[in-house]
Amino acid sequence: MNPLYVELQWLPRAPKDFSDRLKALGGEGRSLGRELKALASYALDLNQLTRVAKVLKKARTEGESLDPLSPFRLAILGGSTIDLVVPALTASATRYGISLEIIQPSFDQVAQEALTPDSKVNRSKPDAVLIALDYRALPLKLSFGDTEASNATVRGAIAFLRSIQTGIKTNSGSLCIFQTFAPPVESLFGSLDRGLKGSLRNLIDEVNRELAQLVVGSGDALLDVAALAETVGLADWHNPQLWNLAKLSFSDELIPLYSDHVARTVAAIRGKSRKALILDLDNTVWGGVIGDDGLEGIQIAQGDARGEAHLAVQRLALDLRQRGIVLAVSSKNTDEIARVPFERHPEMLLKMDHFAVFQANWNDKATNIQAIAEELSLGLDALVLLDDNPVERGLVRQLLPEVAVPELPEEPAFYARTLAAAGYFEAVTFASEDLQRAEFYQTNAKRAQLLNQVDGVDAYLSSLDMTISFRPFDNIGKTRIVQLINKSNQYNLTTRRYTEPEVAEAQNNPEVFTLQVRLSDVFGDNGMISVVICRRGAADEWEIDTWLMSCRVLGRKVENAVLDHIVEHARAAGIRKLVGIYRPTDRNKLVADHYAKLRFAKTDEDELGASRWELWIEDAQPTAVPMKVISEGFRSLTRDCSEADAQQRAS
Amino acid sequence: MDEAQIYARLAEIVAEVFDQDVVPLTSDLRVEDMDGWDSLSHVRFILTIEKSFKIKFLTSEIGTLETVGDLVAAIKSRV
Repeated sequence: MNPLYVELQWLPRAPKDFSDRLKALGGEGRSLGRELKALASYALDLNQLTRVAKVLKKARTEGESLDPLSPFRLAILGGSTIDLVVPALTASATRYGISLEIIQPSFDQVAQEALTPDSKVNRSKPDAVLIALDYRALPLKLSFGDTEASNATVRGAIAFLRSIQTGIKTNSGSLCIFQTFAPPVESLFGSLDRGLKGSLRNLIDEVNRELAQLVVGSGDALLDVAALAETVGLADWHNPQLWNLAKLSFSDELIPLYSDHVARTVAAIRGKSRKALILDLDNTVWGGVIGDDGLEGIQIAQGDARGEAHLAVQRLALDLRQRGIVLAVSSKNTDEIARVPFERHPEMLLKMDHFAVFQANWNDKATNIQAIAEELSLGLDALVLLDDNPVERGLVRQLLPEVAVPELPEEPAFYARTLAAAGYFEAVTFASEDLQRAEFYQTNAKRAQLLNQVDGVDAYLSSLDMTISFRPFDNIGKTRIVQLINKSNQYNLTTRRYTEPEVAEAQNNPEVFTLQVRLSDVFGDNGMISVVICRRGAADEWEIDTWLMSCRVLGRKVENAVLDHIVEHARAAGIRKLVGIYRPTDRNKLVADHYAKLRFAKTDEDELGASRWELWIEDAQPTAVPMKVISEGFRSLTRDCSEADAQQRAS
Repeated sequence: MDEAQIYARLAEIVAEVFDQDVVPLTSDLRVEDMDGWDSLSHVRFILTIEKSFKIKFLTSEIGTLETVGDLVAAIKSRV
């Protein structure tokens, strides 16, 4: 099983002295509720959760105060045994600041409990009812390939669920939490099951889809058990031996995970989901330390494995922000240095204006986070801190236990996943229904527009909303430039490999014209995708020494845009002719016709297939490229140059 | 793993599952006579033993594991 999920690895490990701490709970002048929450905030196994629940139950029976935990009464309707799960649910809810009281009717009385006005569940008027059914509790009749019968089966299952919903609503007015259904592992036809009407997998897929539609927007809540089971793996989720022995519908080892998911759903219903994400910077938002490594040294580029891990963190933060989660920064850094990557690094997704509060100083993080909470007018229990440094994490947990601080694995590639797995921002409804509606219409309108446009390749390319940006070589891009020069094989005209000092020489030599090219589109930033080096040949000609491109962006007219840009600069520099060279290798057949397609004329070809091409600048016609062009950082702007030339000629 | 080690580990598991202090176990102690035993904690007990010793019991065998001695013998045959 994947330990991140099974062991709740975003939570700190249970302390060695768990038993002693459990015994020492409460007492005069102390808050039992607060201490229980602290103890439940470790990753506890089923036995430990059960023991925490026992203390909680005893305190409740004896009428002890559980402040500041907020009470929540949850009834559970289940078709299979959930007795084993109940204590784990209570203990996990404590983790979220909730003192959960569970109302449990007798086994297998789901419909009766919902539909009878004076049933135990309805009489107790719980805050919510969890309908914890397994696919085995649904009336699912197999009917292979029979669309009509299959649809009737799905309708029947949904009608059953809907009758439970109506019963609960009418008789107790409680909110329902419905679970999607984890399909069994065993297939019948094999892969065909997914698409074959009336097969078990197909039926469950459809029930899940319809159930989700029924629940979302109804004011009730959905617990996506199917997604949870798929995340950990269906084969690990279902344990037939346990089902046979104890009618437990999923593996006992996953009870802590399931319980945490129920608890976070209940917390979301109570409005206890977190609202802001505070990011550390060095080795969290980028790889490396900005103060030591500088702008050129930090790792944050597409195409760099370490950098991409941190880009994933940035991407998740941005997506959360789009969802309405507030972003802030808390970093031990000098303020002006910490800001540099946001302002000047071209591959950073996060920019300064994405943050509500930006704190880079040398104070301790607990003090800083307190200040952030004040500035945002949010409680500490609304905050999450993402920090790679275990020392900082420990400090903040110690001093501000209300702040959620996920543990992070050593490997940054798993940072984003770990943050997402912790479920701090669980939502049961999408905040503003009006906004949702407006967005819905807007999105549909946009999609329709997109469909209308896609009637030719060019139109499709325009719909990608591409932006190409050109810069000469610089220190920020150098690492990636060297990497591309030494790695690109297919779309590479000359396959000349250069070391970092050689690239630096090209960067600093005014006789050499260099380009680093980046491309972004509706799907995101592709990072640096092309590199060009032109060297002065004869007095008025540039020889294209190096031209390479990432194959990811083939067929998008990027090469046309690049040529246009070279021509523009060549013209400005008084160049009359471009010379292109193709040096064949066993990997670069792809570009044998590169210059022909760009309307260069072939002037030479040897017996090995190496060829030489030329293009007269005065004959070069710009192509209409389907993208926005940004050009920056060149020593002398094209226009300034030509104006200077014109002035010279005039005088 | 020798029998003494199995007994020691089992004593820790009993304490954890039935929420009590660690006490030495005797082979003729019946599981259902343990303090805090009920059918639910019994399931947790068996599952915790399986996890702790990284073993799996057969369904048919679980019902026959009545005393500590039965358990130790079943564990010993697997580890």
